[in-house]
Amino acid sequence: MIKKIKQFLLSLMLLELLKGMLLTARYFFARKITVQYPEEKTPQSNRFRGLLALRRYANGEERCIACKLCEAVCPAMAITIESEEREDKTRRTTRYDIDLTKCIFCGFCEESCPVDAIVETRIFDYHGESRGDLIYTKEMLLAVGDKHEKQIAEDRAQDERYR
Amino acid sequence: MEALMTFIFGSWGSDIAKTLWILLKIIAVVLPLMLSVAYLTYFERKVIGYMQVRIGPNRVGYHGLLQPIADALKLLFKEIILPTASNKILFFLAPVLAIAPAFAAWAVIPFDLNLVIADIDASLLYIIAMTSIAVYGVIIAGWASNSKYAFLGSLRSAAQIVSYEIAMGFTLVGVLMCANSLNLGKIVIGQVGGFWHWYVWPLFPLFIIYFISAVAETNRAPFDVAEGESEIVAGFHVEYSGMAFAIFFLAEYANMILVSMLAALMFLGGWLSPIPFIPDSFLWLLIKVAFLLFCFLWFRATFPRYRYDQIMRLGWKIFIPITILWIVFIGGMMQTSWGYLFH
Repeated sequence: MIKKIKQFLLSLMLLELLKGMLLTARYFFARKITVQYPEEKTPQSNRFRGLLALRRYANGEERCIACKLCEAVCPAMAITIESEEREDKTRRTTRYDIDLTKCIFCGFCEESCPVDAIVETRIFDYHGESRGDLIYTKEMLLAVGDKHEKQIAEDRAQDERYR
Repeated sequence: MEALMTFIFGSWGSDIAKTLWILLKIIAVVLPLMLSVAYLTYFERKVIGYMQVRIGPNRVGYHGLLQPIADALKLLFKEIILPTASNKILFFLAPVLAIAPAFAAWAVIPFDLNLVIADIDASLLYIIAMTSIAVYGVIIAGWASNSKYAFLGSLRSAAQIVSYEIAMGFTLVGVLMCANSLNLGKIVIGQVGGFWHWYVWPLFPLFIIYFISAVAETNRAPFDVAEGESEIVAGFHVEYSGMAFAIFFLAEYANMILVSMLAALMFLGGWLSPIPFIPDSFLWLLIKVAFLLFCFLWFRATFPRYRYDQIMRLGWKIFIPITILWIVFIGGMMQTSWGYLFH
């Protein structure tokens, strides 16, 4: 009984509320942790799985041999490949589309690729302005690869000893 | 000015001049009020951001200072959607009913000695009446929208506002007993002579209850069940968009400023300075109101939303008994030789 009355009187002091307000007041003066995105960026791992790219060999020959392992492994069925025999009797893709609206960036395609042709880059801030813009064709993927080849090769080299 | 008007309009001149002068006074109060509402939203986002270890808006203009203007422009250019099968007249009447009393109440607020639009004797009563009318805007909005979320929100809000009004009214009775006047200007003058003469001290429990009821009355967190985003989407104003929504928003913040202003006038000595040898000034009132508004935002950043039955319990079973007890206590004390402490 006495305990109950004591608790009632204590509750009138609003002590818990004041404690909570003190806590938020402390955080009011705490150092802010916001990352100012376009100017500042958070550090990225070299295994970052971002926008996809197709790579070439140093001599300019495209790596992809149209084995279609990536197409088979892709859980989201985002990859579409068509292939043909080129004049030099090698098998090459005529069409290599990745639908980025389907892609879940799992990285299975990169894991399955026997020639390290399809890779995931560190790029995560890209956009499309109409629906079709995010279906990346072979040319677009190769262009991404050409543009960022240095970074891609560096990341692969760093990760090599853990594979 | 009056002579000029008489020259132009003849015998009607003095009346027209008087009307224009009143209009000018109204604009001089409402315009800064609208601006402070706009910047209160900015202030709110900044304060809550800081308490959540973020920085808040900082892109539009220097430190994000133009953000409220960008928001207002966005809302102005948005389409106002009329829900099908809603009551068209009431749907558009509701925001007006919400904002009109929120602005009308400012007519009797004294900003400094004799600096008031309408110096009426029953100004406190007038303010209670005006803040009570605001609930109609919410109820009509909820009913006219023809949406179950809006309807539920307005029901909650109506019950909540009505029950907290009683506790709030009782706290004002305490002030009334101390000041012996219903005139807000006279109430402030009754507190002259340093911060230890302010009515917060003899009426401390009433001040706390007044402020908490004010938070409930304006439907602010932690008493914002009327909006309750997580359970009834946005409550009574789900169906409103564009400027119609903005007016509800404006009314909510104008009400916040109003109740803070009242708390500052009735309990914290209004424009009087806390220490006697520093001159009294309008700035003191501004500082007090700004602090109380900061408390509103502070509450919002700190407390989780009350459950509906908890709100009702707090209002009816705790606030009303305590206020009545304290009024009886003050009344008794005033009859003893310590009565001067309560004047």
